[in-house]
Amino acid sequence: MPDSIKHHLTDDLLMSYSAGNLPEAFGLVVAAHVSMCDECRARLGAFDTLGGSVIETCPGVEMDRGSLDATLSKIANAPQIALGAAPAPGVLPAPVRDYVGGDLEAVRWRPVGLGVKQSILRTSRAATVRLLYIPAGAAVPDHGHHGTELTLVLQGAFSDECDRFAAGDIEIANEELDHTPVADIGADCICLAATDAPLKFKGLLPRLAQPFLRI
Amino acid sequence: MIAVRDNRDTDAFASLFGHFAPRVKAFLMKSGTDAAQAEECAQDVMATLWQKAHLFDPSRASVATWVFTIARNRRIDALRKDRRPEPEDITWGPEETPDQADVLALQQDSEALVSAMATLPDKQRHLIEAAYFGDLSHSEIARETGLPLGTIKSRIRLALERLRHAMK
Repeated sequence: MPDSIKHHLTDDLLMSYSAGNLPEAFGLVVAAHVSMCDECRARLGAFDTLGGSVIETCPGVEMDRGSLDATLSKIANAPQIALGAAPAPGVLPAPVRDYVGGDLEAVRWRPVGLGVKQSILRTSRAATVRLLYIPAGAAVPDHGHHGTELTLVLQGAFSDECDRFAAGDIEIANEELDHTPVADIGADCICLAATDAPLKFKGLLPRLAQPFLRI
Repeated sequence: MIAVRDNRDTDAFASLFGHFAPRVKAFLMKSGTDAAQAEECAQDVMATLWQKAHLFDPSRASVATWVFTIARNRRIDALRKDRRPEPEDITWGPEETPDQADVLALQQDSEALVSAMATLPDKQRHLIEAAYFGDLSHSEIARETGLPLGTIKSRIRLALERLRHAMK
């Protein structure tokens, strides 16, 4: 549990997650950050309490006749929910492990060039989320954003034009930000990154496309 | 709720049901489900409340908050068919229990929040409700509603620190 987290979730993201309005991919990044950050877990708790107040102040709609008995029979017929064992410590927070199907060793990496690797996790289509592996000292090519990109550091650290981001830190990038994240020299950097629109690579994609355009 | 959690008390459950089931049904109908589906889902929510009672931690959530989180998840299931990624769980072990003073303080703060909600200007209250009913995709909620969320955050933060300490 790093106490050193400097970059946190915004109120908007926490409230949308609490209200259940975030696309699954963003929800995964929020859940992963909250798993690592008690400060944001407490802030999320406050927004959930607000949701509780909305329920509490909601004028009720009468339940059908026999509703309580129907519910009691649902309870009687449902299997007992066992107390889950605490997840073993690992590099990936529990919600990410659920999507990967294991810890880091279970990730199926695909190279994307310059030593950087990615693994796209399966979520609903409204937004996408991937694990990124940036070798120590390497850079993710300079890119801008059409929409919102959330990047959570799971291991190591990276720096860009804004600041340095270490384990547990989250960077929230939008259309105004063009950046070139560079991993610290000390260790390979692993991030969880979600976006609701494709990234705009400044140099790389045009360069890759050029040979084909000249045929 | 504690009687439901610790003693599996069906009378206590019936009174929770009487209070919350109609509110959950209303919440689901305002979120866009029809009456029949809302009835069915409200029953599911109350059944889940019973089944997951052992996970209820009164130092971090009031009963209304706990009901809300279950109802929200049921709504996501019913309407969007998305998975909802949940944070890693941290719970009290069988030997440890939350501090009673923390529990009482959070309960009082949660009640104060409900009263504060009731005194908000209509427009602000409707904005907040709209966000939680799922009508707003990204909230335009002004942070200056004056609602005592900071106090509740600090309260939960303290409870989390105690819990972390107990887990060591």
